[in-house]
Amino acid sequence: MAISRRAIVLAAGAVLLALVPPVAGLLNQPFYVDLFRRMMIFAIAALSLDLILGYGGMVSFGHAAYLGIGAYAVGIFAFYGVDNGFLQWSVAIAASAAAALVIGVISIRTSGVYFIMITLAFTQMLYYLGISLETYGGDNGMPLKTRSQFAGLVDLRNPSAFYYVVLALLLLFLLLGRRLVDARFGMVIRSARSNEPRARAIGFAPFRYKLAAFVLAGGACGLAGALLANQTEYLTPDFMHWTRSGEIMFMVILGGMRTLFGPVLGAVVLLGLEDVLSALTEHWQIILGPFLVVVVLFAKRGLFGLVSRDG
Amino acid sequence: MAEPLIAVRGLSKSFGGLRATDRVDLDVEDGETHAIIGPNGAGKTTLIGQLAGDLRPDAGTTRFAGRDVTSLDAPARSRLGLARSFQITSIFPDFSALDNVALAVQAHSGHSFHFWRPARAERELREPALAVLGGVGLGARADVLAANLAHGEQRQLEIAMALATRPRLLLLDEPVAGMGLEETQRMVRLLSTLKRRVTIVLVEHDMDAVFTLADRISVMVYGRIIATGSPEEVRGNAEVRRAYLGEGTES
Ligand SMILES: Nc1ncnc2c1ncn2[C@@H]1O[C@H](COP(=O)(O)OP(=O)(O)OP(=O)(O)O)[C@@H](O)[C@H]1O
Ligand SMILES: [Mg+2]
Repeated sequence: MAISRRAIVLAAGAVLLALVPPVAGLLNQPFYVDLFRRMMIFAIAALSLDLILGYGGMVSFGHAAYLGIGAYAVGIFAFYGVDNGFLQWSVAIAASAAAALVIGVISIRTSGVYFIMITLAFTQMLYYLGISLETYGGDNGMPLKTRSQFAGLVDLRNPSAFYYVVLALLLLFLLLGRRLVDARFGMVIRSARSNEPRARAIGFAPFRYKLAAFVLAGGACGLAGALLANQTEYLTPDFMHWTRSGEIMFMVILGGMRTLFGPVLGAVVLLGLEDVLSALTEHWQIILGPFLVVVVLFAKRGLFGLVSRDG
Repeated sequence: MAEPLIAVRGLSKSFGGLRATDRVDLDVEDGETHAIIGPNGAGKTTLIGQLAGDLRPDAGTTRFAGRDVTSLDAPARSRLGLARSFQITSIFPDFSALDNVALAVQAHSGHSFHFWRPARAERELREPALAVLGGVGLGARADVLAANLAHGEQRQLEIAMALATRPRLLLLDEPVAGMGLEETQRMVRLLSTLKRRVTIVLVEHDMDAVFTLADRISVMVYGRIIATGSPEEVRGNAEVRRAYLGEGTES
């Protein structure tokens, strides 16, 4: 059996990502470890959005909510001196999943513009909640006292160690996501996206499957939020700003919806371009905007569709 | 006499001021092929939608296979053995023909909270699906994307999806609409082999198909069933001729 181009691209990508810390060390450019770690954190957020947006057809315009909840879970624990990472990250996942459950129950029975507006409204609510939490810095946010501690197992203060933790989690989520969308569970939400009346007519009741996907995606993005808090070592309501939701959605579309790998590529390219262009000119968004428009217009299946035609 | 497989009493449904279904009573006996004919806009599709559970009636009751299903939605009715095809072809266009049918098998194989095993590698889904696909004459087209099938093949695929749920009652909304002569003949042949195995409610404008397949015919006009009887009785019914057959429409 021929190895698919998709598999080659994936393997090459994983190797390249794994090589970032040693290469950055050789070049004496530690900044790149930071940049690529940030890309991978957003890649996790983007691929969790791909599950519900790409495979489930649910245009959630509030994915940043879970990023914020996950980050605040870590930050608030740290604020009170609780720095156990297992606890912090578990709560980050659970709280985001719980929020997704509430938002999902209310939004999933709607569709189209209503769905977008409801998910957006909830995220705005959380954003303003973040601003109103004066104890935790209000709209200025607050620094994270210490990075999450893992009982000496791994030290996140070591940039490379932290980097490989994020890489391992990204690869884990890629694997879990791939299995999930191809398993019976994934087939239900994909069939409902394709033609919901037909899915119902053959006997599927898609609601609880879509809700479950929504909750899983929320939990995964909550973990990305916990990672982000550790990455920035700073906590701010901006994590939940609607433009952040838009950015994550753009990563998915830019990289290629319904591919899981595409959103990872989208996160790398978007944040990479942001970094390169912002160094060249302060008007970098004027260059980035048209580029994104061109990709969306001419690469219907996103960047990943260009490199793996067998998908 | 045995209880009808599906029994509808006093079914009514309005869209605004329009009575699309007007106090309809209908019995479909176990094993029969029951055609519903009537002019465009008579309310046939609306009736099928209510039988399938897609549309909620404003009033009336529906019993199916000995139980009251009035409050059950489409997935629940599907699980009891009701299957339908749509007037406007309704398939999963971005899935292969085999996937389409395997999904129908999956929907009737317990819950789908399975997260690890690839569904396309599950023999207990693929093999029954392939058998059903072969049964409707699409065995050689299993791997073709459903969107790329010819119109007639897509209609056959819809029948295959319905059959894969092992229905007791098939609701078919104009299965030969938009087909050429040859495709129509193939579909009618397929349906005549099915009619011995499963009860069928057949909405159809093609009178040759209706008179070939139907054991009984109900005539619907303005949301009401104005006559029910054998094909001969309906053909001879003066009111029916005036309301429908006499118009000479075969659209
Ligand atoms: N969702 C809806 N909203 C408003 N009116 C509707 C709706 N669905 C159907 N109607 C109207 O109800 C009437 C019955 O429509 P229906 O589609 O059931 O007729 P039909 O007998 O299937 O016609 P055809 O032979 O053309 O398929 C029509 O006048 C139609 O315009
Ligand atoms: Mg109709």
